[in-house]
Amino acid sequence: MAVKDYLRERFLPHMWCPGCGHGEVLGGLVRAIENLGLSKNEIVMVSGIGCSSRISGYVDFHTLHTIHGRALAFATGVKISRPELKLIVPMGDGDALAIGGNHFIHAARRNLDMTAIVMNNRIYGMTGGQFSPLSGENISATTAPYRTIDRGFDVVELAKAAGATFVARSTTYHVQQMTETIQKAITHKGFSVVEVLTQCPTYFGRKNKIGGAADMITWFKDNTTPIGSKAKQENAALIERGIFVQIAAPEYCEEYQKVVERATKGRK
Amino acid sequence: MERCRLVFSGSGGQGVITAAILLAEAAVLCEGLNAVQSQSYGAEARGGATRSDVIIADGRIHYPKVLQPNVLVCLTQEAYNRFASIVRPGGLLITDTRYVKVQRKVDAQQRELPMYRTVVEQVGKPIVFNICMLGVVITLADLVRPESIMKVLEGRVPKDFLEMNQRALQLGVEMGNAAKA
Amino acid sequence: MGNTIKFVQGNEACVEAALYAGLDFFAGYPITPSTEIAELLAYRLPQIGGKFIQMEDEIASLCAIIGASLTGRKVMTATSGPGFSLMQEALGYAVMTEIPCVIANVQRGGPSTGIPTHVSQGDINQARWGTHGDHAIIALTASNHQDVFAMTVEAFNLAETYRTPVILLFDEVVGHMREKLVLPAAGEIPLVDRLRTSVKEGVDYHPYLPREDGRLPMSDFGGVHRYNVTGLVHDMWGFPSTDPQTVHGLLRHLVDKLENRANEIARYREYHLEDAEIVMISYGSSARSALHVVENRRQRGERMGLLELQTLWPFPSEMVRQKCAHAKSVVVVEMNMGQIMQSVKLAVAHPERVFLANRIDSNFITPSDIMNILRIIQGKGV
Repeated sequence: MAVKDYLRERFLPHMWCPGCGHGEVLGGLVRAIENLGLSKNEIVMVSGIGCSSRISGYVDFHTLHTIHGRALAFATGVKISRPELKLIVPMGDGDALAIGGNHFIHAARRNLDMTAIVMNNRIYGMTGGQFSPLSGENISATTAPYRTIDRGFDVVELAKAAGATFVARSTTYHVQQMTETIQKAITHKGFSVVEVLTQCPTYFGRKNKIGGAADMITWFKDNTTPIGSKAKQENAALIERGIFVQIAAPEYCEEYQKVVERATKGRK
Repeated sequence: MERCRLVFSGSGGQGVITAAILLAEAAVLCEGLNAVQSQSYGAEARGGATRSDVIIADGRIHYPKVLQPNVLVCLTQEAYNRFASIVRPGGLLITDTRYVKVQRKVDAQQRELPMYRTVVEQVGKPIVFNICMLGVVITLADLVRPESIMKVLEGRVPKDFLEMNQRALQLGVEMGNAAKA
Repeated sequence: MGNTIKFVQGNEACVEAALYAGLDFFAGYPITPSTEIAELLAYRLPQIGGKFIQMEDEIASLCAIIGASLTGRKVMTATSGPGFSLMQEALGYAVMTEIPCVIANVQRGGPSTGIPTHVSQGDINQARWGTHGDHAIIALTASNHQDVFAMTVEAFNLAETYRTPVILLFDEVVGHMREKLVLPAAGEIPLVDRLRTSVKEGVDYHPYLPREDGRLPMSDFGGVHRYNVTGLVHDMWGFPSTDPQTVHGLLRHLVDKLENRANEIARYREYHLEDAEIVMISYGSSARSALHVVENRRQRGERMGLLELQTLWPFPSEMVRQKCAHAKSVVVVEMNMGQIMQSVKLAVAHPERVFLANRIDSNFITPSDIMNILRIIQGKGV
């Protein structure tokens, strides 16, 4: 199937700003699905609220555009109800880790077989450029006119600590790697998290004088490095890319079947 | 039968609520009567004052709580102090001699019985104190047959514990008959 | 063989009914006084291959059942005051996306943490207006276990019929009290299954294009029709729209599909209303105290009757107006500060004849509380 066959052309063009990284994530995601040869009917995409969450409208899957921060909770219901479906949950950084932080850690803890993609542009775009828990310190935002003092989360460390069994990071510069990573995440049995560093030139770039989309993408190229690289040993400030965790662990829906067996066996 | 309103009171863990449920369930499932059971409690799972209300009747029961019980059971001093005054004039007040010192007279038949001591001495398991009490209550108030209580217990208690319950119930029935006379 | 008779708590009657109605997915979070519903379903659902999950909070619980309902399951969650407050946003989502679900709220004393182990009926208006924006909702209640059973089955039937969340507004007294429940035999109460689309694969399916009768045939997620579901105002494709005609059409549909059928949805019981000069209106556990008074007073020849509401929302205004048409006074008995009384006043021809007999101290209202208030209304003093 061609890439465009996975898109709902009726609802294009999309609503993202010129230079926004979310389109690249959409591209990477659709190519990953195409490479895997998945049928459109077996994929359910669940998203929350924010620029990133609009991604679900553009793909020709079963798509559930929900409420802010709760995408993983809705996805949990869909998955447990129909374990045979493939669940993909794209979220923004604020969506996934501010308002949705509790659902994020609990979904990871349960190890439900689904793929969470955190489209991290370190800003609330849809509401007009407020800082998020991923912004980190010393960032300008409309709710931080004197720059942020809040420390940021590290999505990878958080996901690892919460028990995710596949944890990876990529960027919109490394499109090929991003596609491959998402592909592996979808194939992984268990809760997989892919953080994609993506650019918001309209708010984050402009507010923090980083420049346009091309400059921001170049920043990802210059400031990230493969996990365990020599460059990282020489410059600790570099952000690592790649797959941090990939382990086999009991998956929730399969474990639930054991509960059903215990409940039915124990009956008089 | 005459409508009977009962209040069981004591402290959490004594099995007061369980006894109330057993009685009401036996009335409904084994004797074809109507019954409602309700309870009031605080946040404590153990200790604290516990109260359970039961109404048993032939006809429909609308208001489910008991304001003036025909039968009041108090298994702690605290419960006695708190509830003794609500017993219906001419009703029945049952207390346990180990836990309650009766302090004042109410206009009711008072029965101070050594239920706890008897259970400990003859069954050896304080856990069935509440079943012995139930034996006393059904006998003194002439409510349901002991077999009905046993039938309900069969559905709730592991087989190995049934005999112990049966003995406690029987002790209660005997104590009740003695107190009647 | 006759029907099975059980002696159970109201919460258990609710569970029995939910299973009877075909519940096969429950998500919840522990909270007094509704917890028994979750506990019993954790035990029962796996036995029939159904799904039970304990979520991280009440928000997630409602979200999870909405997701499961979309895949074609009959779903439910149960909670109490604080948890119901947390659910309000997702409740609005279910209203907007027209996804059937049942939410049991076993009411306790509020506001805030309130009195968890004591009774109240303080969430009536929250059930109606707790989520933001114009919308309609169905809320049912019951005063005894046979009716808890009937109304719970009804909740599933109405949710599936109208594709809407249905709220079961029970209260602590009914939830925890034990009494007799006669389990209806299979088939004794008709069950409504979801209307599914007859549109074949490959043919355009419009998920949000209502039929003439207002009903929306559904396609299960994971089936042959792929479509978008969103809490944004949407068009017949389920795609976001700001077109004024679309916005207006959707809001009218969401409200009219229930408000225009308030009479059809009205469930109630009446006792001695035929010649009643005093009409009491009550619901839930407080209706038991009201009925106690009515039966007592009738024996003394007083012309008193009771209208027990089982459907609270949409408020059955027309029915209430008719039943109160000849009343000299209407006395609303409830355990709040007059939440249903407000609706009764709006419904009847003579609102000045409507009085409130209530109790708000977390104690269950007694027949003598009601009698005292009746005497005051009649000018007799306490």
